[in-house]
Parts: sequence; C-alpha cells; structure tokens
Amino acid sequence: MQKITTDALVQKAVELLNNNTVSYVLGWKKGEFDYDITPYVFKDEKTLKEEFIYSDFCGVNLSKYLVAKTKELAGKILVFLKPCDTYSFNQLLTEHRFNREKVYAIGIPCEGMLDIDKIKLNLEGISSIVETKEGVKVNTLDDKTIELEKQAILLEKCKNCKSKKHYAYDELLGEEGDVLDNNRFDEVAKLESMTAEERFEFWQSQLSKCIRCNACRDACPACTCEKCVFDNPNSGIENKSPANSFEEKLFHIIRAFHVAGRCTDCGECSRACPQNIPLHLLNRKFIKDINEHYGEFQAGLEVGQRGPLVSYTTEDVEPSDVFNKGE
Amino acid sequence: MRKCSLSAINSIFEEIAKNTMLFLPVDNKDGKAEYKKWQEGFLLSEKLNTVKSPKEFLFPQTENLMEFKTSGKNIEIIDTRTAKEDFVVFGVRACDAKAFDILDKVFLTEPRDSYYASCREHGTIITLACNKPSETCFCSAFGIDPANPMGDVSAWKTENEMFFEANTEKGEKFIELIKNLTEKTDNKEVKKQKEKISNIMKKLPLANLSTEKFGGGKTKELFDAPEWAELSSTCLGCGTCTFVCPTCQCYDIKDFNTGKGVIRFRCWDSCMYSNFTLMAHGNNRNSQKERFRQRFMHKLVYFPENNDGTFGCVGCGRCLSRCPISMNIVKVMKKLGGKTND
Repeated sequence: MQKITTDALVQKAVELLNNNTVSYVLGWKKGEFDYDITPYVFKDEKTLKEEFIYSDFCGVNLSKYLVAKTKELAGKILVFLKPCDTYSFNQLLTEHRFNREKVYAIGIPCEGMLDIDKIKLNLEGISSIVETKEGVKVNTLDDKTIELEKQAILLEKCKNCKSKKHYAYDELLGEEGDVLDNNRFDEVAKLESMTAEERFEFWQSQLSKCIRCNACRDACPACTCEKCVFDNPNSGIENKSPANSFEEKLFHIIRAFHVAGRCTDCGECSRACPQNIPLHLLNRKFIKDINEHYGEFQAGLEVGQRGPLVSYTTEDVEPSDVFNKGE
Repeated sequence: MRKCSLSAINSIFEEIAKNTMLFLPVDNKDGKAEYKKWQEGFLLSEKLNTVKSPKEFLFPQTENLMEFKTSGKNIEIIDTRTAKEDFVVFGVRACDAKAFDILDKVFLTEPRDSYYASCREHGTIITLACNKPSETCFCSAFGIDPANPMGDVSAWKTENEMFFEANTEKGEKFIELIKNLTEKTDNKEVKKQKEKISNIMKKLPLANLSTEKFGGGKTKELFDAPEWAELSSTCLGCGTCTFVCPTCQCYDIKDFNTGKGVIRFRCWDSCMYSNFTLMAHGNNRNSQKERFRQRFMHKLVYFPENNDGTFGCVGCGRCLSRCPISMNIVKVMKKLGGKTND
C-alpha cells in the first residue's frame, strides 16, 4: 500500500479551507521531538503547512474530539480518520453525540501506529526517529543509530489490527484497505482458560497498578457522558482514588460494563494508560462474549446500528446459559 | 567520600534492608522502572527514572487521617496515626530530590502537616546522579544539576564503582551503616563522571529552555494570554500529568463509610478534574482552559511568587512521556515564552 504523505493531507486541508468547505481542520500537530504529536485544531493555511503532521506516531483517535468541537466551533470541521477511528465516528453518531453536518470526514490509510514506550524500552535519549520500510531508525543523543522492526514497536491496539477499511467518510485519500484476519481474542481466550483464582490474581495485579488518572476514560470515544458518575459528588460513588482493593477494580469493571456493546475496540484505553494496564482485554472479553452469545457483532460499522445488548429478539440467549458458561 | 565496587552493591542493599525498609527503582514486568521494597534478588534499575515519582513515600496517593465512630449522639474521634518506621529510598534522581524540597515548602511551613512531616523524618534519601539524561529532561532550566543530586546522601555510578557522600546528619548515619562494605576514596573519579554528565547536558534538545518569562509577578501578563485557549484545546482533562508529577501536591479529603464508622482519608487530587475544589456554589473553574491554565500558572507563576522564586517544576520530563495527547509544560513554556526559547 502506498503510504500517504503529510503533504498530501495538508494540500487537501488547505484546499478545503480555502474554498470554504470547512473552517477548521482537526488533525495532528508536530511536537518537540519526532514522536510527541498532539491533536490540534488548525484554522489557517500557514499553521497547517508548518505544523501539521501525519506519521507513525499519530495513534490518537480524533473522533471523540468532535463531540466537544462541533459544539464549541461555529463552522464545519474537517477531520482525518484512520480506519479504526471511523468505527468510533459511526458509534458516536449512532448515539447522537455530534452533528454530522458540521463535519467533513476524510478517511486516510494507516499502516499501524508506533508505541514510543516500546521504542524506549531499551534505549534512552532520542535525538531523532526516521521511518524506514521495515520500521524505524532511532538516532540517540550519544550518536548511535538503532534500527527497530515495526512489528515489535507497534501500539498494542495496532498489533492486532482488525481493519484497514474505512466505514465512514466524505472523501477517501489513498487506497482503501480490507477487514483483516486477526488474533485479537487470543489473549482473552488465554484468560478464559485460567482458573477463577488465576484470573482474579491476574486482574488484581493489573488493576492494582491503577493510579486513577482517568486517562482511559477520558481518551475513550465510548465514554462521553457529560458528567461521569465517578466525578459526580451527587452520584454517591464519586471516587477520586480507590479507598481499598475492591474500589480499585470497581472503576474499571463498571467502565467496561458501561461501554459493552458500544466499544469498537479502538484501543485508546490501553494506549492512554500510563501504567500499562491491558484495559482493552476487559472490553474484548465483552466483545467476544457478545459474538458468541448473539452472533458476530462489531460496533461502529454503520450509523444507527442497534447492538444486541440494546435490542431484543426471541432468539436471544437465555441468562441462565450465560450464567452457566461463566461457571 | 566512600566507594564500593558495583558487584558489592547488592550486599549493601542487603545490609540496609537488615536495619530498615529499603525502596529502590527496579524494572517491572512492563519493562519500566518502579520503586519497590527491596528483597533478595532485586536489582537496581538501569532506567533513567521511574514512571511514578517517589513523592508517594512522603505523600501517599491515599492516606487515612482519622476515624469516627458514632454511638447515639456521641462521635468518637480516633487518631489513626501510628509510629512510622524508618525507611531508605535509594536511587532518587536530582530532579525528584529537588521536588522533595518543593513539597517541604508546602507541607512543612506552618501549619505543619504532621502526616507528611512524620514520613519526612523517618525517610533517608539516597540520590543517584544521572549518567544518561534523556531528551525529555529539562531540570537545568530550574537550576538543577543531575551530576550533583542532593538528598541525605549523594551517589554516583561509574562503570565499575559506586561512590557515596553524605550531605546531612541522616546521611552520615547511612554512611556509617555501610562503612564496612565501602572504602574511603578521593573525588577524582566522581569529578570525571560529573564532567561526562555535563557534556551530555549541553547536548540535550531542551538544554536552553528559558524560564525568563515566568516567575512571581507575572500573573497579569500571562493570565489572559490568548495562547491558553489553543494550548488547552485538546487536553483530555485526565489527571495523568498531575499524578506522575513529583511536585503536584493537591489533595482532597474524603470520608469513607465502612458501615461501622467513617474513615476520613485524603487522596491526590488533580486541578485538571472538573470536581477539583468543588464548593457548595459549584466549581470556580468551569472550562478545561481554566483548569489547564491553573496547573501551569501554579507551577510557573503562583508558586515562585509565594516561595522566593522557586518554580514548582523540576524538569523531570514525566509529563512529556506520559500525557496521552503529548501536551506538556515544555510546550506551554515555549508557546508563552515567545522567541526567547528558540
């Protein structure tokens, strides 16, 4: 697949800004280094040309920003969507979270985004990172060059990419991809094969790392409540920090239940977590269960799609079957 | 100054751990450094720094303050403070050691925080010079020298040896404790190591980050700067930056109903949260722009204003590495600082 260039995206954005199709461009802005890229709302040609970037470090899913930005900004917003971001885009529209008419969506290809933490695992002090065919070439402050293979440094969410196909756009740049075969449920199956004690031990050790920074929730495109129960002093369960090991798990389990059937498996939760908790596994467990009990279901494939958890058919699985499976 | 060979360092840890709790950065399963209580087989991490800062040794994320028990109309207040044990934190970097001084200014000025003070009194801090500062480091902007870390004892690591020098009375005690495992030496090797570090420092991309535009008295100039809107425009409002920060010290006090009584505890809070300092009339910072501005104004203007010019940031770079959208204090300083930073 031909890699799309930053220039091609900038050119398109400038064109749409200048012919007044859009007033804003939601994209990614260069950072201090080659990897610390920030989502940004561009308003003019000059900033776009100087600071817009699309590289292997644009892992941030921009869909969720549309909830706030379509309310905040008066004009139409151009948003660049990678294949997996389009699922979130559709799911948000299904939930009436933003006004589609205020958005011009451009689908762009993605070849998997990189995880700077994985790059930094065995090296300290980066002066630059150059993308190569096979992965990256990292130049260090002590003048060494280290080559790393892409597969080893992909973001967790990209390691098991489910699709290179876009499910929402007004316009597509670059080549369209396909839905991919993937092994995204392998880790879940491994957890399912554990004994209850082992599984408890696994989640206990993972969730006890949580510092309750809420990054998983705040990055999650499915978490768009105007006021999260955990931030609301009137909810009775407002909680800034776990008081005990029960509460430690409570937050994540409730969150996983709340996004069940709506989570598109975009993987932002695990990418955002500063403590490396594999939160996507909780969500994937729900997706796997839904697939097994109700038939294959992927959230975000189209707008207005009714998930099995919010629709009823007489063929629906009996609660007792689900219960017995958990034994 | 005293030294030991690097191969003897584990016997030093063993000796310390015999007498007192010892915490040090070790590599965890995720391949990142984390402070852990030393036990046989634990190796000092080679990583530059830990994901979470060592502030939790003095200011834990949650800490019980007191308990209440009610019977009829009587409330019994139970003081839950217990005698703290001595502990040693080994391998603290210069930035994090300086962060303790900043926390001291907050917690040890009157009214003194007895919970914090008790941790401070019982802890001995052994710092370790940074042999390989990273591109995310900017401690020098705040006058910190990673080659000369403070704390109760300063340590330096060379290729084959570890050097120790006491800075305080507590530090002297520590040196006494490891006396038989170390030998007296001059500071020649350490001097060489310091030079090496200084040379790296000059090459760091953030070496010339300027604080000129910031400090006490700059509120009027910076508070209404138009840049805050765009800097904060994609901030998620999560608390990652505040929770990994070694100097962020805000907390909330909460009551936990146990069913049999109430535990009053405090926990870290984040000015990035919508319910931060929530009052009966509502919140005084309603937008993420205001919350975002508060965090940086506090570190760069309000704190130095109230603390003789000391900034509330130590340039450890944790927020640079951990922010899910890569927004951070360096970007704020460069944007607001204008051309002087280039």
